[in-house]
Amino acid sequence: MNWLLVSCLLTPMMSAILAFLWPGSRRAKGMVSVVGSTLLFVFAALLLRQVWNQGPISAQMGGWQAPMGITLVADHLSALLVFVTAIVGVAVSVYALTDIDDARAKGGFDTFFQMLLTGVVGAFLTGDLFNLYVWFEVMLISSFALIVLGGGKKQLDGAVKYVAINLVSTVLLLTAIGLVYGMAGTLNMADLNGKLAAAPNQQLVTVVSVFFLIAFGIKAAVFPLYFWLPASYHTLPISIVAVFAALMTKVGVYALIRSFTLIFTPQGDLIAQVIMAVALLTMIVGVLGALSHTNIRRILTYHIIGSIGFMLIGLGLGSPIAMAASIFYMIQGILVKALLFMVIGVVEKQGNSSELSELGGLYRSHPGFAMLYLLAALALVGIPPLSGFWAKLMVLEAGIEHQAWLMISVVLLASLLTFIPLMRIWFEAFWKSAPKENNLEVNMNKLSMAPVLGLSVILLLIGLMPSSLIALADLAASGVLDNESYLQVVLGSETAANVEIKP
Amino acid sequence: MEILFGLLAGVLMTGGVWLILSRDLLKFLFGLVLISNVANIVIFASGGVTEGRPPLIGKSGLVENIANSLPQALVLTAIVIGFGLVSFTLTLALRAWQSIGTTNVEEMRLSETRLGATDLHGGVVSSEEYANSQSASNADAQTATEQPS
Repeated sequence: MNWLLVSCLLTPMMSAILAFLWPGSRRAKGMVSVVGSTLLFVFAALLLRQVWNQGPISAQMGGWQAPMGITLVADHLSALLVFVTAIVGVAVSVYALTDIDDARAKGGFDTFFQMLLTGVVGAFLTGDLFNLYVWFEVMLISSFALIVLGGGKKQLDGAVKYVAINLVSTVLLLTAIGLVYGMAGTLNMADLNGKLAAAPNQQLVTVVSVFFLIAFGIKAAVFPLYFWLPASYHTLPISIVAVFAALMTKVGVYALIRSFTLIFTPQGDLIAQVIMAVALLTMIVGVLGALSHTNIRRILTYHIIGSIGFMLIGLGLGSPIAMAASIFYMIQGILVKALLFMVIGVVEKQGNSSELSELGGLYRSHPGFAMLYLLAALALVGIPPLSGFWAKLMVLEAGIEHQAWLMISVVLLASLLTFIPLMRIWFEAFWKSAPKENNLEVNMNKLSMAPVLGLSVILLLIGLMPSSLIALADLAASGVLDNESYLQVVLGSETAANVEIKP
Repeated sequence: MEILFGLLAGVLMTGGVWLILSRDLLKFLFGLVLISNVANIVIFASGGVTEGRPPLIGKSGLVENIANSLPQALVLTAIVIGFGLVSFTLTLALRAWQSIGTTNVEEMRLSETRLGATDLHGGVVSSEEYANSQSASNADAQTATEQPS
């Protein structure tokens, strides 16, 4: 029993309950959430250190051995993602102290936010397919609550679309899990690794894998299934968009990576090609959508979609170097997205609008802050020496290794087109003079600037010293693709074949 | 027994899909309830249906042909979660109907209003918002003409 794994789950869950019961004011509840996220950060850091030093670790819940009970596992990928989730958790909970109004706080913002973190961490750590579904639901129901919280008409309208499509994906996932259980007689992901491959009806396995592809694809907002995201995200308060943009879609990507390396290993070429095509189309649609809008929030929501494409390339190519590139991209993408939305939140408050035409003059009034935007935007585009550069370099390297010239050209084109809308934001909101008397005296609140600065420093450090994160991404990628150590730590030394359960 | 379950799943799925294709939010929701029950039945049936046997282990250890209790536990969890989701969504639908004034998803266009979009249904795009979007597009045109100078 490894308590570190359990603490990573219990901390946000307890903070959620505490924040709900805490009698104090808005600020007091917010502080509970900040303390909770900080504790999670400490545990996640310890977990990452332990996994880095000793390799994957697992904990069997209730003392039931692996294929019987529910297992929590942390390999390099999971530990890394939990750590980044904790960073975003700390940043957003501090930012929310000033961003979330009293009405939303009274409605339980801090509780649902911590519950969302619980769901995200749970999804990253679980080693059981049905348990993954449960964590998805925990995440989903908290996101439902956050998305309608204190909402006006627009927000409700966005919420309806978000809720509807996510319910569909949930049902698909549940059906697929039922079919997997029927074929393999187990739901432990490590145990499924060999058993599904040995199932008599391989056509059905392929069909079920497509179920998973669609269910997780909806969550990750990939090409034909992304419409809900631009319809709902831009209506929300900035703290909520920041955490959604940073984490929610990435859980979908993580689930895709996990299920198509661990569960459906031999499905091979067909699915990989589909994923590759989806990844490229997602990139193109994302950048084109961003190009076509003049509202900062809409531009950035399309950038979320575009970046999902980059994260799927590793799965499409399926080699360690490509997977490492995707993982590196995912880690820095999470941080960049959180930072960018927080910066935009401050921009909006200055100009009281998110339409580019109504903004301006921010560079003249706040040059230091303008630099922060530039840092985040250039990191997203991938200008050396910022973090995005290394991510894209790794993606391109993988492409050259596979001689995937189409992919390389799409990646380069998408990167170029990513640059244009971000620079348009720069010129319109920062460079040009203010179109009307903007409320430029709005103070740059110290509490909301602290997480912005913190994330900027982390991104700069990743950009200047990428070697340790690249090394970690390499380890994570080889751990995911060659899942020997994962299987070992979940199932123990004796293989699961000894424990036979007939469905 | 499995055949009966399969047929039931098929019938429910047909009805569910038909309802889900509707433009009315409530019909969509009822369709989803049917389909989530299909998912439950699929889990239950794929776990193997054993008639007239308890899911208990006897004193002498595993007995042949005991009922599999795991699918029942899974279905129970799924039902509870599904119930929570459906009740939340029903409340959301009610709230949407109260504040937007329609449950027709085609007319719920508030979050996706394009500049200069026409008012499809009384009050769907409030006149204020419409005016705002108009002035925004005017401002856009102005800045565009100002920039060259």
